[in-house]
Amino acid sequence: MSYFSDIYNGIKTLLTGMSVTGKYFINAPREIITQEYPDNRDTLKMFERFRGEVVMPHDKDNFHRCTGCQSCELACPNGSIEIIWDRQVDPDTGKKKKMIDKHIYHLSMCTMCGLCIEACPTDAIVWAQNFENSVYDRSSLTKVLNKPGSRLLPGVED
Amino acid sequence: MEMVLIAVAYLLVFAVAGLYLVLLERKVAAWFQLRLGPNRVGPFGLFQTMADALKLVSKEMYGTNRADKFLYNLAPYFPIITALLAMAVLPFSAQFQAFDINIGIFFLLAVSSVGVIGILLGGWASNNKYSLIGAMRSGLQVVSYELSVGLSLLTMVVLTGSLQLSEIIEVQKNGWLIVQGHIPAIIAFVIFMIAGTAETNRAPFDLVEAESELGAGFHTEYSGMKFAYFFLAEFINMFIISAIAVIVFFGGWLSPFGITEEISWFPSVLWFLGKVLIIVFLMMWFRWTFPRLRVDQLLNLEWKYLLPINLFNLVFMAIVVWLGWVITF
Repeated sequence: MSYFSDIYNGIKTLLTGMSVTGKYFINAPREIITQEYPDNRDTLKMFERFRGEVVMPHDKDNFHRCTGCQSCELACPNGSIEIIWDRQVDPDTGKKKKMIDKHIYHLSMCTMCGLCIEACPTDAIVWAQNFENSVYDRSSLTKVLNKPGSRLLPGVED
Repeated sequence: MEMVLIAVAYLLVFAVAGLYLVLLERKVAAWFQLRLGPNRVGPFGLFQTMADALKLVSKEMYGTNRADKFLYNLAPYFPIITALLAMAVLPFSAQFQAFDINIGIFFLLAVSSVGVIGILLGGWASNNKYSLIGAMRSGLQVVSYELSVGLSLLTMVVLTGSLQLSEIIEVQKNGWLIVQGHIPAIIAFVIFMIAGTAETNRAPFDLVEAESELGAGFHTEYSGMKFAYFFLAEFINMFIISAIAVIVFFGGWLSPFGITEEISWFPSVLWFLGKVLIIVFLMMWFRWTFPRLRVDQLLNLEWKYLLPINLFNLVFMAIVVWLGWVITF
């Protein structure tokens, strides 16, 4: 008797599958997910979770949030991040403390694993959504993330 | 002179139908997967396959070193010539039929199974293990599924009482055969569609050219225009199988409910082509829905399910015709 129920179930499951794909087909004109990239370059918005490159956001007064703790440098599995730091006198408190001089990021070596961003205790570095990263010379892929003259935002260390 | 003109016309129809079926397949596949499909060459990508054909014509013919040269070069012509032969007997409309013989259905079946010889030859002559496996699979597939195609068409021939294609359509002026033959006709149609998909080596029965297992199966070693012959023949065969389904089950070039009598200006070729395209779409729908069968599943399906059902169905249809349970208008 299982012979006939096999036939029945076989046809039923085939029709179920066809109804699923059929629904996709009917809705296709409205739900096409293809991005016609070079044509829609002006309007294309990448998704929040897209990993383009690591950047360090600065506010309008040129303050960043990087304390120079080097957690990102330690977390990076292939040495894409190098931090050049220095003990300097803090102009606000007059004490000597660790400050970054250059936060160097090698985009050419980065695998976009995101471990540095997870490791950062002060959320100083984040993902950017840009993806047009091709250049003519690889030396321009070595980037200094902190802008010249920028300083640590007061209160981040607390 | 007239024959030459007809031959040229058929070759043109053949080439255009093949190329645009490829384009249709790509577009339909794209829509099933929520993509756009080819849209760069010409408006809506209409010239994409033309450009592809041009590229394939201009490509170098490149073959394996130790192939059996004669058979290797001969193989691509089998599927393409048999597909053309089958096109000759298709009744596109009452007037548009090149060759109306009294064994039409039988001729179609015979010719469409000769195409497989090309696949077997190609696979054997390529001197490549994947090609050979593909070719052998094609052999076993045809040996089993040819039976189902034949028997399901035979079931319908019981109803029409004729093998001649024009007469089969004449019979359907009193209602399409799928309506006339009701339950056994529907069963025969389902079996014909399954077996027909297997005959054309399309997914889910594409064991012959399974990309993920065999590279490209029997046409792994073919390039340029020889590859294009195999490729085009596959799509023409799909057209032919759909056309047979339309002729035998859905009234050929007849309009539904006999509208043709009232609107005589509407060319009946378009009814035929429209119905064929619907069946072609159905086959594409199969392809982009179902996963590929294993070889043992393929044989199980045919010998344990389709064949017994088909034999019972044939007897059932005979009883239906004998007792006059046919629905006619």
